[in-house]
Amino acid sequence: MRTIKTVTRSVLPLMIVASITACSSGKPQAGLSPQQLTDSLHLVLETDRTVYTKLIVNRLQNEEKVIKASEHWKEDKALVLPAQMFRAGAEMAREKGATFSYSLLSTWPINKQNAPKTDAEKTGLDYIAANKGKNYYTEETLGGKKYFTAVYADIAVAPACVTCHNGHKDTPKKDFKIGDVMGGVVIRYPLGS
Amino acid sequence: MADANRKRWWLAAGVVMLALTGYFSARLLGDDRRLFLPNATSHGHYQIELACDACHTPFSGVKQEACNQCHGEELAAVNDTHPRKKFDDPRNADRLTVLDARYCVTCHVEHQPERTRAMGVTQPDDFCFHCHADVATERPSHRNLAFDSCASAGCHNFHDNTALYEDFLAKHLHEPKLLAKPRVATRDLRPWIKAVSTKAYSHALTRAEADAPAPVVAKHLEEWAGTAHARSGVNCRECHSPVQPNGMRASWQDKPGATVCASCHEREQQGFQSGRHGMRLAQKLSPMRPELARQPMKADAHGRELSCTSCHGAHAFNTHRAAVDACLECHDDTHSRAYLDSAHARLWRAEIEGHGAAGSGVSCATCHLPRETLRDGDLKGVRVQHNQNANLRPNEKMIRAVCMSCHGLGFSIDALADPSLIARNFSGTPARHIESLDLAAARLKLPRKPKP
Ligand code: HEC
Repeated sequence: MRTIKTVTRSVLPLMIVASITACSSGKPQAGLSPQQLTDSLHLVLETDRTVYTKLIVNRLQNEEKVIKASEHWKEDKALVLPAQMFRAGAEMAREKGATFSYSLLSTWPINKQNAPKTDAEKTGLDYIAANKGKNYYTEETLGGKKYFTAVYADIAVAPACVTCHNGHKDTPKKDFKIGDVMGGVVIRYPLGS
Repeated sequence: MADANRKRWWLAAGVVMLALTGYFSARLLGDDRRLFLPNATSHGHYQIELACDACHTPFSGVKQEACNQCHGEELAAVNDTHPRKKFDDPRNADRLTVLDARYCVTCHVEHQPERTRAMGVTQPDDFCFHCHADVATERPSHRNLAFDSCASAGCHNFHDNTALYEDFLAKHLHEPKLLAKPRVATRDLRPWIKAVSTKAYSHALTRAEADAPAPVVAKHLEEWAGTAHARSGVNCRECHSPVQPNGMRASWQDKPGATVCASCHEREQQGFQSGRHGMRLAQKLSPMRPELARQPMKADAHGRELSCTSCHGAHAFNTHRAAVDACLECHDDTHSRAYLDSAHARLWRAEIEGHGAAGSGVSCATCHLPRETLRDGDLKGVRVQHNQNANLRPNEKMIRAVCMSCHGLGFSIDALADPSLIARNFSGTPARHIESLDLAAARLKLPRKPKP
């Protein structure tokens, strides 16, 4: 019983992602609301992000201490940072013609380009930080196009998240703790014109 | 009557239209398209300005793909700081309305000589402001710096910041002017050639083994015998009568073309055809000639055509000649003329005369056709970049791959920021000091040794 549940939970979103990518017409698939869509996307993104941080970065950098994660990963022959991994995926999906887009932002960003910029981003990040466990949904118009925009909390799931951010030279916040909301994942889906 | 007049008028107009259409079509489809050139092109493109379709497509303007075809690879190689993918997220939509950084032609408009600035940029010099207006909040040291100085003061570039980002500066804070062991990497084509030719490096060939049909020109034989070609088993026929795709040898050619060179030296040819020496060939135009250049060239070099052999010669393939003498046969600007009296040249002479260590000499090619450590799958080796323009503009591109083989980062940045020092071919010391290392040290609270 438990196995079946796990399987559906992880396969369903993948199928959805596949169908969105395959049919990038801009219209949600029949029967799926924009919110169900962004929720499913988020489930995959969050899962992969946690897996990468726990199984790769936290294990190899913090526990085994065999390799570091570095912003300059190519140069330092190091692991890609979780945030860079996330962004690389977002960029590749866009390059492949995905209609949806996603980014990792924070009110306390190391990289100032990851600070909230649009009103929806600002309100959304404040909302998810103040209402733990809740997501923020809204609609916004960017560059003349209407989007369904969802904001999900990005949580410090592993010690690596906290130690790295608190010790980073560019961080505006040095007291993150495990379980804290460190920022948010913003997913946008176009709502036609 | 009026009707007949009108008819005649229409007929005449038709004939004139037809004639004009015919004339313009002939000029457009013919070899000489100067008529359609709207204005002078930039230094980067003037050589190929008559190959309109290198950039333009019929009816749909200049495609991004055209830019990528020639410049995409180099941008990727230097880890472009502002790639398209950083901008096409919808959250950047407001930025794109001000400056659409997704497209090269937003900043690099051609045929606009009166508003083309340094580096071929047609934007006002303070364009960084659009996205980085708040830079001083994180870096108070930048508060009083003007936005038109970001890219012109020797600190930042839009695309290539491989030697300029903060962590890199911090890593190289305390380097001396001259490193303890100033050397460039040793060229090593072997792994690459082995991958394309099973025969190469089988055994060294002697004069007696040369397989050219009689009569053999003694001078050619002598020159060949002293080359890496002979030493690594490349016989006369490999170039003069090469094996074709069908397995048969081509008939003997006295002057084999560049494709023969490229059968082993493909990457070198690609580099050559990407730079000012060979870019015309890449567009199927006649070879570049010194008199077509915008740079000062020697009058007696006029009429020469650039190809592999114009620098390397045939048979001798003397890399020493290709690295200095060949350049100075044509180039006649202040920097080139100052070379022979420079410290770099003294080191070069010492190396080729045998009393300087291998890799310690600095030829024209050391900086302009630099050695690159390349990786291609399992292959790894040091090859010469034959696009001698790849690291020229902005000249900070040279810092990491070239200058820092021998010099400290701080000295390299200062030297490249001093145009008169460059004109003197680096005889003397930098008259300018660029603050980037000091600013990085101050921000990261790292000790900065007092300047000597
Ligand atoms: C080894 C260091 C490191 C680790 C581990 C790490 N981060 Fe980051 N994180 C960074 C850096 C550096 C950036 C900025 C990267 C960029 O945008 O180029 C960043 C970016 C972010 C951002 C976007 C806002 C910002 O600060 O720029 C969030 C949110 C974030 N990280 C959360 C987390 C969470 C949650 C984890 C654990 C799952 C984590 N990080 C693990 C270094 C780290």
